[in-house]
Amino acid sequence: MIESIFQYEFLQNAFSSGLIIGFIAPLLGVFIVVRRLSLIADALSHVTLAGIAGSLYLSQSVGALASLNPLYLGIVASVTGSLFIERLRRLYKHYEELAIPIIMSAGLGFGAIFISLAEGFSSDLFGYLFGSVSAVSRQDLWIVIGIAVIVIVFLSLFFKELFVLSFDEEYAKASGLPAKWIHVLFMIVTALVIAGSMRIVGILLVSSLMTLPVAAAMRISKSFKQSIFLSVLFGELAVIIGLISAFYLNLAPGGTIVVTSIIILLLTILSKKLESKGVVSG
Amino acid sequence: MATPLINLHNISYQYEQTKALIDINLKIEEGDFLAIIGPNGSGKSTLLKIILGLLKPTKGEVLLFGKPVPQFKEKERIGYVSQKSNSFNTGFPATVTEVVRSGLVKKIGLFHRYPANVNKEVKTALKSVGMDEFAMKNIGELSGGQQQRVFIARALISNPNVLILDEPTVGVDSKNVKSFYHMLSHLNREHNITIVLVTHDVDAVSKSISHVACLNKRIHFHGFKNEMDQMSDEQLEAWYGHAVRKVDHQSEVKS
Repeated sequence: MIESIFQYEFLQNAFSSGLIIGFIAPLLGVFIVVRRLSLIADALSHVTLAGIAGSLYLSQSVGALASLNPLYLGIVASVTGSLFIERLRRLYKHYEELAIPIIMSAGLGFGAIFISLAEGFSSDLFGYLFGSVSAVSRQDLWIVIGIAVIVIVFLSLFFKELFVLSFDEEYAKASGLPAKWIHVLFMIVTALVIAGSMRIVGILLVSSLMTLPVAAAMRISKSFKQSIFLSVLFGELAVIIGLISAFYLNLAPGGTIVVTSIIILLLTILSKKLESKGVVSG
Repeated sequence: MATPLINLHNISYQYEQTKALIDINLKIEEGDFLAIIGPNGSGKSTLLKIILGLLKPTKGEVLLFGKPVPQFKEKERIGYVSQKSNSFNTGFPATVTEVVRSGLVKKIGLFHRYPANVNKEVKTALKSVGMDEFAMKNIGELSGGQQQRVFIARALISNPNVLILDEPTVGVDSKNVKSFYHMLSHLNREHNITIVLVTHDVDAVSKSISHVACLNKRIHFHGFKNEMDQMSDEQLEAWYGHAVRKVDHQSEVKS
């Protein structure tokens, strides 16, 4: 496959964006998991579906938009969804989790309408749902690079504040941190990563790349720094093994990446169990 | 006379229909070790949240170091240790060092990294609470009392003038409660840190404390600890709402 990567542009695009996503999704995912926001990531991916389906429908029905990259409307939908979730969480202060089913069903509802209007499932849409090795364009790759730059700048600027907010929100507020604004920015960046990851992993499986490597890392890491390092390592392993097997077995990469992540997770659970029984020295 | 570090003027607070605090006037001076005691629902935690600026009073004004709360920007001068059971995420994958270091977040400010000598500062803060040998442990592996000491170290790392603790001994076993108050007393006397402590447990009011404020929506008593010792149990019961038994923790610590 290494030779093919150098030979074919579509493989270069898929592999490069896969490696970038394998880095930024688990990196941000560590904060998503420790802040107990994993389900919000899932809700946002469903909202992205509405944006993608809407864009596919518009490109069919409006001539001028025929060449519009669906990723743009996907990003707009995801970011808008993240802002709505925050609004709903404040509106239902005592039932914050209600925001998730509301936004998730809104996303799926609009998605279903646009898919029907576009007269059914196209192979293009299948690629968006479960990921695709062949469909990543050079333009998609540039969008992913742009999102990665935003994520890295955001985390470099707010790393210590995000740590405090994740660990002890009340303490963060008492310390005078602008908790609300940092949280809103965090949600927007999360929405961007979800929209950016879906070309490779697919809308329905995108949140798993943010949570499964982190779940595995948390089983065996002692510090926050180690959790981040291991999450990224497991994310990259899942993407590399997942993409190679998807290419050779002609499978959707979303599926192979997620199954690889599950295998890594099971191995870490098993190693922890063996360690606690004294079979493996730790 | 020096400006009080914390000065509450006619503070009232109302949660929808319920009055939580009524006309509270309280001055906390430098070097005080004040215990705010009162039964459950007496407004103790609400009062702390108002002092910390987490809640806005319905009426009245809070001055911190002589400045009204909205204008007070030096939050690092006030260390806060919240009620453990309410706030911290026990499954969090962080070491004691990472947690204590995060106490510098406000002092350093946005967009800046921790200084190169941060680990030395962490060590000093952990030493002052007797936890330096636990620096690399995972926070979730520690007992309730040890975790509270780590949170005090997190508050101390920014060299605060005042330490505010909300029910710090909830979930701490009685043996460790004694040494915990002993440590607070040491911080108050040797490091000249003003301490404000909230508790519903009258037993917890030990001889380490210099002042007591008895709160049940209103301040029923504020003064020196020994003045309160002279109060009869009947007087205490009158505002506490049920039978009260005074226990001297300090003498137990010394024994």
